Amino acid sequence: MSGKLRSKVLKIDLSKYKYEVEDRKDLFEEWIGGVGVAVQLLKEELDFDEDPLGENNVIVFATGPFTPAYPLASKTVALFKSPLTGNLGESHAGGRTASSIANAGYGAILIKGRSRKPIYVVVDEDKVHFKDGRVIWRVKSSIVTGRIIAEREEGRGIRTVMRIGEAGIKLVRYACLTTETYRHFGRLGLGAVFGSKNLKALVVMGRKKYTPSGEGYREIYDMIYKKAVESDAMRKYHLLGTAENILPLNELNALPTRNLQSARFEKAEEISGEAFAEYSLGRRIACNHCPTACIHIAVLREPYEKEKYFYKTIMISYDYELIYSLGSMLGIGDRSWILKLIHKVETLGLDAMSTGVCLAWATEAFERGMISERETIVKLEFGNAENYLKAIDYIVDQPNEFYSKLAEGVEVAALHYGGVDFALSFGKNEMAGYHTGPATYVGYLIGLRHSHLDNAGYSLDQKMKGLTPEEMVERLVNEEKWRQILSSLVVCFFARGVYTPDIVVKAFKPLGVEYSENELYEIGGRIYREKIKLKRKMGFEFDELRIPKRVYETKSTRGLLEEDYIVRALNYYRERYWDNV
Amino acid sequence: MNTMNVESQKKRHVKKLVIKDIEKCVGCSLCMYACARKNAKRPEIGISGSGILAVSLSGFERGATIIFCHACEEPPCVEVCPTGAMKRREGGGVRFVENLCIACGNCMKACTIGAIFKREDGKPAVCIHCGYCVDYCPHDVLAYEVVE
Repeated sequence: MSGKLRSKVLKIDLSKYKYEVEDRKDLFEEWIGGVGVAVQLLKEELDFDEDPLGENNVIVFATGPFTPAYPLASKTVALFKSPLTGNLGESHAGGRTASSIANAGYGAILIKGRSRKPIYVVVDEDKVHFKDGRVIWRVKSSIVTGRIIAEREEGRGIRTVMRIGEAGIKLVRYACLTTETYRHFGRLGLGAVFGSKNLKALVVMGRKKYTPSGEGYREIYDMIYKKAVESDAMRKYHLLGTAENILPLNELNALPTRNLQSARFEKAEEISGEAFAEYSLGRRIACNHCPTACIHIAVLREPYEKEKYFYKTIMISYDYELIYSLGSMLGIGDRSWILKLIHKVETLGLDAMSTGVCLAWATEAFERGMISERETIVKLEFGNAENYLKAIDYIVDQPNEFYSKLAEGVEVAALHYGGVDFALSFGKNEMAGYHTGPATYVGYLIGLRHSHLDNAGYSLDQKMKGLTPEEMVERLVNEEKWRQILSSLVVCFFARGVYTPDIVVKAFKPLGVEYSENELYEIGGRIYREKIKLKRKMGFEFDELRIPKRVYETKSTRGLLEEDYIVRALNYYRERYWDNV
Repeated sequence: MNTMNVESQKKRHVKKLVIKDIEKCVGCSLCMYACARKNAKRPEIGISGSGILAVSLSGFERGATIIFCHACEEPPCVEVCPTGAMKRREGGGVRFVENLCIACGNCMKACTIGAIFKREDGKPAVCIHCGYCVDYCPHDVLAYEVVE
């Protein structure tokens, strides 16, 4: 790989209020960028036994070689030890984060230590400023925090403002880190890690450049751009956005409803992508350097409680996963109420999926009399959004032991209060919204961050029938290996149809880098194995994986799931991959 | 309008980059990257040389807008340039003569709408109304046309 690519790593030590820059050409040459490089940096700096909320947890933000050379490569990969799972935390976000880090001159930024007082950090190209964060530490809303910092700091249009809300400050184990108001490092609790470090926000800005070292840069750029705007590869995200999945998944018996007591929601029509687009969609915006503008923002117009002809208008970003987790999963079929719930988690800085799954479990446990209002304070019932709004505040404020447990995730809460059979987490990560069949669940379990995006099992369930458990595992693992490449290039997964392996090879050439498709696959496999090793070092035990019985009780797209099939798949995976690294 | 009229108009009015509908802007910044690819002796990766800026309106909940040279008839930036590096362009706006520039930054301060940006080397990046970015505006916010 050529020396022209971004290979500088900025290391910020919050304990010492110091920073240093290292040129890690070695890492970027061997591991491309993004997740590939982040794994190595984490390995070098992290004490594996460290408490995820302890001083010595480490956060790595990494961008890739195509940021910002080409469009649709604007993801940032964050790696850290997750306070939700106690193991490898990996979360991706769009917005302006990746391009701002790259334009500031860095391939990656690493944060370690813990500030003695609340601060926020501003990275302005070669300089790092540690700024007093004591006043904004009390600002509960991540949106308002973003606005205050945006007004106070320079770099309008060329910066990213990553910040936490009250959930991060209160160390909710599934607090998210929000960037540019509507994009999130959503999963696995990066917001709590920020909170534990007394770090309210990280601002990065810059206007640095580099020049392509090979020929044909503009031509390749145009080819990728045309493919992105003219082909069908991005069409789904152009139109209704991910919310277009509500109706088809409901039809397929795959839309988790009322804590997955059903996979069909009678009000799917009202909360469909079509209905949101027709009645609520107010604007669409884009991540940096992406023409698609898949970020769908709804308008919620609400009257003042006491005065006539007064309205407040709130803009709220929605996606499939939020409509599932704060809608069907909680039995809520009203768009306005779903938007209010989304706004609540957005403001407080919570992961929507984990929040919804936690509340869904709590509601069922409440209905079964395992817990009562003594624990929940408000009556939890499916469809009662007003009470869920209050319960979300309680998750953050943790006024009693019950909510403290719930703030640690559904698994911790269920182990304490009962109901593990219907506590829907996998590898301690709350499930995404796909009851499509065995590949989705095996995918969550073997996926290295226990996310639906690791290996897209939900997609495999819909596309392929009649696979043996072994064949299914092979396909999931192959997908996950290729996704290591995409997330090392930091290409958006939505653009995986644009960045096919042959295009990736071509796109590297003007940057002065030669790869063959086979080499890329091979590197993908190596990153995959490195992550398994890292998980093992952090103490991950395959035996501790838990399959909630609920998934066998509710009919899915592929009918009732067979435990034997899933167990056979897991055993095969374990033997072939896990024990073999 | 006949061809003769169009031709004669072209002589009097040069083409300019204009905003067709700012409300359609999604803040993608593709125009910025296009400018940097074009507006340099060698194509550039990044935004250092970009003479156009996409910003959110104090947070994306209020939408986005783009800032670039409005091709003034009497550009303040030309008046404050001590070396003559900023020159009036026929039909409005400026031509930037790089080798005369001493990177004093006066032009950036003088621009009322903040449409002159600082490159990595401290020199200004300003729109020269070449229209290259228009082809990369995916939502028809920008256009390149003769302006009366």
